Amino acid sequence: MIRDAEILVVGGGPAGLCAAQAAAEMGAKVLVLERDYAPGGQLVKQTHKFFGSEKQHAGERGFQIGEDLLKEIQASPNVEIMSETTVLGCYEDGVVTALRGDKHLKFRPQRLIITTGAAEKFLAFPGNDLPGVYGAGAVQTLMNVAGIKPAERVLMVGSGNIGLIVSYQLKQAGVEIAAIVEAAPRIGGYLVHASKIRRAGIPILTGWTVKEVLGAEQVEGAVICQLDEKFQQIPGTEKRVECDAICLAVGLTPLTELCWQAGCEMKFVRELSGHVPVVDDKLETTRPGIYAAGDVTGIEEASSAMVEGRIAGYSAAESLGRSPEAAAKGREEAQADLRQLRAGPTGGKINAGIEKMKQEGGTVHVNLYGYSH
Amino acid sequence: MRIEEHPVRQFDRGEKVSFFYNGQKMEGYSSETIAAALHAAGVRRLGHSPELHRPRGLFCAIGNCSSCFMTVNGEPNVRICVTRLEDGMRVEEQQGKGAVPT
Repeated sequence: MIRDAEILVVGGGPAGLCAAQAAAEMGAKVLVLERDYAPGGQLVKQTHKFFGSEKQHAGERGFQIGEDLLKEIQASPNVEIMSETTVLGCYEDGVVTALRGDKHLKFRPQRLIITTGAAEKFLAFPGNDLPGVYGAGAVQTLMNVAGIKPAERVLMVGSGNIGLIVSYQLKQAGVEIAAIVEAAPRIGGYLVHASKIRRAGIPILTGWTVKEVLGAEQVEGAVICQLDEKFQQIPGTEKRVECDAICLAVGLTPLTELCWQAGCEMKFVRELSGHVPVVDDKLETTRPGIYAAGDVTGIEEASSAMVEGRIAGYSAAESLGRSPEAAAKGREEAQADLRQLRAGPTGGKINAGIEKMKQEGGTVHVNLYGYSH
Repeated sequence: MRIEEHPVRQFDRGEKVSFFYNGQKMEGYSSETIAAALHAAGVRRLGHSPELHRPRGLFCAIGNCSSCFMTVNGEPNVRICVTRLEDGMRVEEQQGKGAVPT
């Protein structure tokens, strides 16, 4: 049996929830599918306060933003959220399939909004597959959601905002940080976070990397070494680090499998951290009726994912004739908010990435179903 | 180890439940995942890779990477990082790619 849906949102993170909220406000019926056992995405594990303007929830902690958003959405009669439901495929006739428990479900949406987020990048070194090598998100999940110490002493790899914030959160949870190693010659994240780390007495080693992880059954230590200006390991600089876990905070990459499957035009844009679907200002992909919002369109921040969600939600509602004037107004406001967010210090890279995404050429096209655009 | 005091968060772990890890009785809480309960009990090695038999642990914790596959109540390839713990659950290290229950 195929279930009809007016708007189907894949992913119940910040972008997906905001898309659902915006579209529902316009009177559209929205179904959100989430693979985790509860919606909220990465917001549920963020214990730090957000930056930006009040409208973007600045000063609030991520998990509080997630809780408030969920409360509002759950009060709406127009939104249904199905958790523990993993979307498997998006077919040429527009049918979306999903797995829930042992049930194979099929949906036929009029509009599809893909808000699948991102996955953590990995790093190549001997021992990188041992138990105790975690992605930074997993460390946050264990300590900030489950309330469990992931380890006693951690070597953090990467000094971007995630590496810095998670190091600080580990310290708050009573875990020692052996050091933060950063391959680049300078710290990647905001100075405000780096200063906090320095004040906490955690060394940040720039120009260093993890060479090898020691241990047979799990992490029992690590060897770090210095890098030259060409990022090559310098022999003789090796140092042994005592630790029982490695936390990889080396960036994220968009989770675009559904976009590829749906036959959306895709481009590799370094500034957006990987292959991304080509979208217009309304966040519609090259496949009409399919929208994409949040990290899946390029790695940015939760605040911009939420605004992008609103843009996609209003645009989808508008295209369905659901309060089209109010929806257009809502979309324009969200577009203005996004411009404002990207006017900040880190916006330059994203704006450059979006320019590249919109330029002619550079398309990577995998034509799975034999139709053309 | 469980964090009892935290400057920002309070943890609502739900009710205490018991489960079996490789036949051994263990305790956890109803609002946590299987992966969280095993970590709290000090179990970090969740299985071995099917071909080279390298030890495997938790990596992504968002149901994406498949490093945490275990056999739960006889069903193989369960992503224990996004599956909630239930009373009486049988959680076992998976052998190879796992056999589909008949």
